[in-house]
Formats: sequence, structure tokens, C-alpha cells
Amino acid sequence: MTGFFLRRLLSVLPVMLMTAFLSFAAFHFIGDPLQNMVGPEATAQDRARLAAELGFDRPFYIQFFRFISSALHGDFGISTRVGRPVLDLILERLPATLELAILSFIFAMIAGVALGVVTALRPRSILSGFSLTVSLIAVSLPNFLIGIGLIYVFAVKLGWLPSFGRGDTVKIGWWTTGVLTKTGWQAIILPAISLATYQLTLILRLVRTEMLEVMHSDHIRFARARGLPDRLIYFSYALKNTMIPVVTVAGLQLGSIIAFAVVTETVFQWPGVGLLFINSIRFSDVPIMAAYLLIVSIIFVTINMVVDCVYYLLDPRLRTGGVVR
Amino acid sequence: MPKSTARCFIHRPARLKRRFAAIASVAALLMTVSPGGAETLKWARSLDVQTLDPHAYNENVTFAFNRQMYEGLVERSDDGKLIGVLATEWRMLPDHPDVWEFKLRRNVTFHDGAPFKADDAAFSIQRAMAPTSNVRTYLAAAAVEEAIAKDDYTVQVKTKGPSPLLPENLASIFIMNRAWAEKNDSVVPQDFKGGKENYAARHENGTGAYRLVSRESDRRSELEAYDKYWGIGQFPIDIDRIIYTPIQSAATRVSALISGEVNFLQDVPPQDISRLEQNESLRVVRGPEIRTVFLGVNTSANTLASGEAKGNPFADKRVRHAMNMSIDRLAIKSAIMRGESVPLGTIISPIADGYTEELGKFPKLNIDQAKQLMAEAGYPNGFSVTLNCPNDGMVNDERICQAVVAMLAKIGVTVHLDVQPSAVVWPLVLNRKTDFYLMTWGSYDSQLIFDNLVHSRGAWAAANYKNPEIDAKIELLRSEADPQRRKTIIAEIWKTVQDECFYLPIHAQVLARATQKKIHVTPNVGNQISVKTIKVDK
Repeated sequence: MTGFFLRRLLSVLPVMLMTAFLSFAAFHFIGDPLQNMVGPEATAQDRARLAAELGFDRPFYIQFFRFISSALHGDFGISTRVGRPVLDLILERLPATLELAILSFIFAMIAGVALGVVTALRPRSILSGFSLTVSLIAVSLPNFLIGIGLIYVFAVKLGWLPSFGRGDTVKIGWWTTGVLTKTGWQAIILPAISLATYQLTLILRLVRTEMLEVMHSDHIRFARARGLPDRLIYFSYALKNTMIPVVTVAGLQLGSIIAFAVVTETVFQWPGVGLLFINSIRFSDVPIMAAYLLIVSIIFVTINMVVDCVYYLLDPRLRTGGVVR
Repeated sequence: MPKSTARCFIHRPARLKRRFAAIASVAALLMTVSPGGAETLKWARSLDVQTLDPHAYNENVTFAFNRQMYEGLVERSDDGKLIGVLATEWRMLPDHPDVWEFKLRRNVTFHDGAPFKADDAAFSIQRAMAPTSNVRTYLAAAAVEEAIAKDDYTVQVKTKGPSPLLPENLASIFIMNRAWAEKNDSVVPQDFKGGKENYAARHENGTGAYRLVSRESDRRSELEAYDKYWGIGQFPIDIDRIIYTPIQSAATRVSALISGEVNFLQDVPPQDISRLEQNESLRVVRGPEIRTVFLGVNTSANTLASGEAKGNPFADKRVRHAMNMSIDRLAIKSAIMRGESVPLGTIISPIADGYTEELGKFPKLNIDQAKQLMAEAGYPNGFSVTLNCPNDGMVNDERICQAVVAMLAKIGVTVHLDVQPSAVVWPLVLNRKTDFYLMTWGSYDSQLIFDNLVHSRGAWAAANYKNPEIDAKIELLRSEADPQRRKTIIAEIWKTVQDECFYLPIHAQVLARATQKKIHVTPNVGNQISVKTIKVDK
């Protein structure tokens, strides 16, 4: 197990380094953060002086090396837009994004599995037809359009829910949470649904297909032959076997929920890291953009590793077979 | 990005509309009920304020918010005139033309209760000259050397030689309290590179009509009316609380206004104006902005850096004039701006000092004559060039560029469009690394335009127009105090600029603001609304 884990860890390092390089390089060559810092009427001397102070006049590889070495110490530099440490800014915004991501993940899982089971077992019911059609539409529409559609119906026309923001929040240590207040809950509903649509559809369809397959397997037929009640067969024998691939896919999807919250956060003005990232692009705030991409890739890589390790624990073939010794 | 998508939903089936209409009207009723007298302005813009430190950041959104809390000695009124605020009168000393004297308003207090004195004014001007100050360029432009408090209510500003535009430049300098700044370690403006925020970046102590209650950056800022404000009785101050929220997505911003979550929208997307006007509970107010939009060409390069041409076609005045007369400004106004622009033949706004009707006239669309000029200049078959165009710098900038591409194609100029965020395009202009670019400027006075855009060493003069005679006139203007002589020189310079045609003007922007019906906002040419002047129907 330790060997397996270490090998995985080693293969992750080049991936991280490459991501860091790409994000740093890409942002380094677009825009000029100095322009934003010195103001429009500044002279050429002002700009040159600031560039020298910030090290922007140094060769690219030196700047990159500095970025990596300080990132290893947990220092992602100073935001050129707000003049505060990047890590502070990201940590301030992370709770909002994580709360939104986790809530939509839970919603997508529960609704996806439930509807998946229903559509597999009762393919002719109205609910099945409805959810299959709607899910197809939902997965084909761009995410921001779904968001705007939800705003139009529930905020503008019905006036039930707010169209933007996070509502009132409560501070617990450095973490701010919106799930303890009524306005916080009202505010999270629309963005969470909008963010969950894609994952929900994916899980629904996956559960449905797997369930249909499992229902035809031998152990279900035997269970039926033994005269076990339907409920036991469906939820205990069939669903359990269905869940193995679903959990894998869903786990990986959590990463993309966090990453793709950017769009949802922009539409709903959700004060998370995604919105911070978008704001930073506008102001060429390279330290924030690079740090954000690095952190997102760390999340992805970590989830991947956890999934791999869980697999290793779950699937005995990985331990005994020739794949991994 | 999702600007146009909201429109898809206007055409929803009527059935859906009817079903929700009843519920919506009840909800609207509930939302308009508020306790008598107290009025909250729920104000949304596309961007947040970057810092509260009045001298740390030179940007319009930040300035427009901070002016609710801070005041200058002088300010720009809604129609762009210079008016006294913390100063009641000012003059250039007759026997010392290099000294301006300001008489200050009495009985003014800062939000912490401290009285406002000349020492605070002198301190603030000195602070705005510190190396970390972002607004010191204004003081540099006016050649300020130092500010001294003569007595409690007189402050003198010494300049290097006569500086006729000093009061105009001081309109960008807010006044803060010396004792407060010293106590809170904020004697110099916030240093963006030091990585340390000073106290003044998140707190304020101004003399303005509103004081800060709370602020979470990029989320929400709350202000309340200052009960000891000197201007109570002079200004309506109908609003007693301000909640400022940045909402980036245009569709969401408009939705929030319609649903009543905000009641004042400052940046209304042009495509939504007519829809909001049809809404009976809303009011849309339009007004001109001091900002003009124009194209610039690099006249001094030997060859084009982009595209294909023999030599540099932009060096030839005939080519520039040919391009100028092939731009259909009226079509841009009607098709792209939906009527919301003032087509112009000059880069100075009709509101600014130095504008004349004569300057504003633009050439008639004349493709035949343009083609003839192109042929005379040696480009009968045209040439190709890249146009650097921002997509977030002004209203509909990208679409204007697309239209220009089509219009110039008619005279054989093949334009490759390179659209990027202004964070990318402005540095190209500043570093003069562009052949052809879309640009915007907003100044209240001709001189600032000359200094920045016409003088061969101007910071934004990527047109690279080199004319020692004009440079000399611009430099002369900087210290020319006699109004009549100034007027003559300004008119002379404009004549050359128009004749040389190195900028191809397009239009002046018109801005729209939308509010709930009972709120009356006066348009402000600088796009810096002053909340104390807002009136609310009782």
C-alpha cells in the first residue's frame, strides 16, 4: 500500500509542475498588471521603477522559479489588484465555493440516484419520461443559460428567491457559512441547482444504465427465485452493485464542480474563488490567476489519488493481480 | 458574456407570463412597502471598489464610490462644471502667479467629529504627492510643489511657474484628516506592492454626506447618512442608507433591478434600455458622458508591424482622411448603439472646455472620394492591417470594431480584428506597439487631451504624431494663465489635430441609469453619481 501510494505521489509531481508552468506562462504573457497598478496617467519612469521593484523586469525563468519556490512555502505572492496576500484572499473565498460545490454535489447525488433508479425500474412512468427529457435538455444547454433561466423564473417572475449574492453569513473561525441563516439558504438554492444540473444528469443516466444491466444479472434472478421482496432486491442487491462505478465517476465530478463553479459564480455573483478568478482576469492579476489554477489542479489531483487509493482498498484484484504489486 | 442571453426569455410563451403575473404583482406590492421616510439606495454596478484609500487608486469606479464619503476642495458638478466644495473661493495670487490660494469652508467636521482645518487640506495634497500615490499624476500635471496652511481656513498651493489648471486637477484629490491618518498608520497611501494594507484601505474618515458602516470587498458595502454633514439643508439627502453591490453579469444585474433586489442600476447594458423603459415600475435616465471613442493610427512607423503594405500607409495624410470619410458614424449610432451615442468628428467631448460646433462636425460618408484619395496616396488596391480592439473598455467596443472592419473594406483596407481585454490592449497603446487601435478618453479640458494624446511624448500618444511646433504650443499652454491667449492656442492646436486626422473620431458615449420609479437620479457626465443629490418621491 505504501509503495503504491508513493508511486502515485511521484507521478503527481510532474503533473503539478507542468500545471504551474502553464498557468504561470499563460497569464504572464497576457496583460500588464503594472498598468493597473500605476494608473492610466503614470509616466514610463513610474512603470519601470515599479517593474523593477516587483521583479517583473527579470527573465521569465527566474520569475517562474521564484513563483514555484515561494508557492512551496505556501506563499503565492501579493495580489496586484487589491494588494493583499493571495493565499488570504483565496482562503477567504474558499468557503463560499466549497459550500456551493458540496451542496450541489449532494443534491446531484441524491436526486440523480433516486431518479436513475426510478427510470430504470419504471421506464414507462410519466416521471421517467419527464426526467429523461428534461435531463437531456439540461445537459445540452450551456450552464450560464440555465442560471439566467432560473433567475428569470424564480427571482424576476415569481420573486421567491434572490437573483444574486450569498445572503447573510455567519463566521465560524476563519470559515464563513451561509447555511445557518434563512437568507443564506434562499441564496444558495438557485446557484446550487444550476451547478448541479450537469452532474445530476450524468449520475441519473449512469445509475439507470448500470441498474438495467444489474437487473439482468444472475444474482438478481436468484433473489427473485427465492421470493425476496422487491424493495430488498432493488435497494440492497441491485443498487449496491450499481454504486461502484457511480461513486468513482461522482468523486471525479466533485473536482469539476469546484472548478466549473466559475461560470455559476459569475452568473449569480456568488462570492467564491471562481468570481475572484474572473475579477482577476480583468485586472491582469497574475498571482491570483496562477494560484487559483494551481489550487484547482491540487484539488483534482488529490481527488484522483483518493479515488485510486479507495479503489485499491475496494478491489481485491488490484492487490493480488499483476497490475500493482 | 451572457449579455444578450436574457433577451431570449422576453419571448417566452404568454401562457407562462399570465400564470406568474398574479403572484408577481403581489410580490412587487410587498417589496415596495417600506417604513416612511427612511430610504435605502440599493445600488448595483458591474465592478467593485478597489480600495477606500482616497489616494491609492486612480480609477473611475473607485473614485465614484469614494466621493460619497470623501470630498475635495473643488469638485465636478453633474454637468461637468468646477464647483467649490470644501473650498468656497480660490484665486491665483495676483503678484505671485505661481501660488493658488483657497479659502476653506467653515463648520465642516470629519466623520470622527474632528473639525476640518487648512492643515488637513495641506496634508492631503502632500499625501497625494507621495511615491505610492496613484493620483499624483494630477498634481504633477499641475506642477504642484507644495501645499501650505496659511491659517486655519486658508491653504496655499505653490506650483512651478503659473499653473492655470491647478483647480481642475485638484478635483481628483480627496481631503482626509491628518490626525486620523497619523494615528492609524496611514500617512502615506496604500502600497499595492508592499502587500500590506493600511488602515485607510478599509476604513474612512472623510467629510462627505455618507459614512462607512461595513464593507466586504467584491460583495457589499454599506453607508449611512452622516448626521453632522455641513451640507444638510443644501442638498436633498433623501437617501439615508446606501447598500452597494457589484454584480458582474449584465443579465443578473438587470434581473436584480426588475425583481426589486436593487433599486439603482448604474451600468445599464444598451440592449436592455428599451425593455427597462417599458417596465412601469422603473425609470431610465439618459445623459451624455464626457467620454469619446475613436480610432488611432501609428503615423510615425516606417512599416506596419502587422499586415501587408508598402511602407506605412498611415504616414500619408490622404489615407487617414480617406479612412475618416469611409466610417459611417450614423450607422454605428443606429445599428450598434441603438441611438445611444453622439456621432462626432473630434476626440473632444461636446461637454469639455475647448469644444466647438465646428470641431464636432464629421465628414460625410464618401466612398468614391475616399477611393480616389487612396489611389492618389499610392494605395489603389488598399492594404491590410491589424486592429487592436478591447472588449471591455467601452460600450459595445467589439461591435464597433467589427463595423469598422466592414466599412474600411469598401475602400480596399483589409482589417484583421484582434479583440482582447483592455488589460491587454491598453499596454499595447502605452508602449506604442500597435498600428491601429480603438481607444477612449474622457477629459474636461483640452489641455489634458493634448498632454496625453497629441504631444509626441504623451503617455497615450500611440498615434506617434511628431510635430515640434505643436509640442511647443502644448508646452506653452501648460503655464499660460491668460484665458484669451489660452483659447487662441487651444483653437490653433485643435485645427492642426483635425487637419492631420491621426485620430478617427467615432462618437461620444451616452450613459443610461435605471432606478425604481420614485428615485430621481441626475445624470452625471463623469459617470460619478453623487448620492446626496438623489431625490426620492415621498
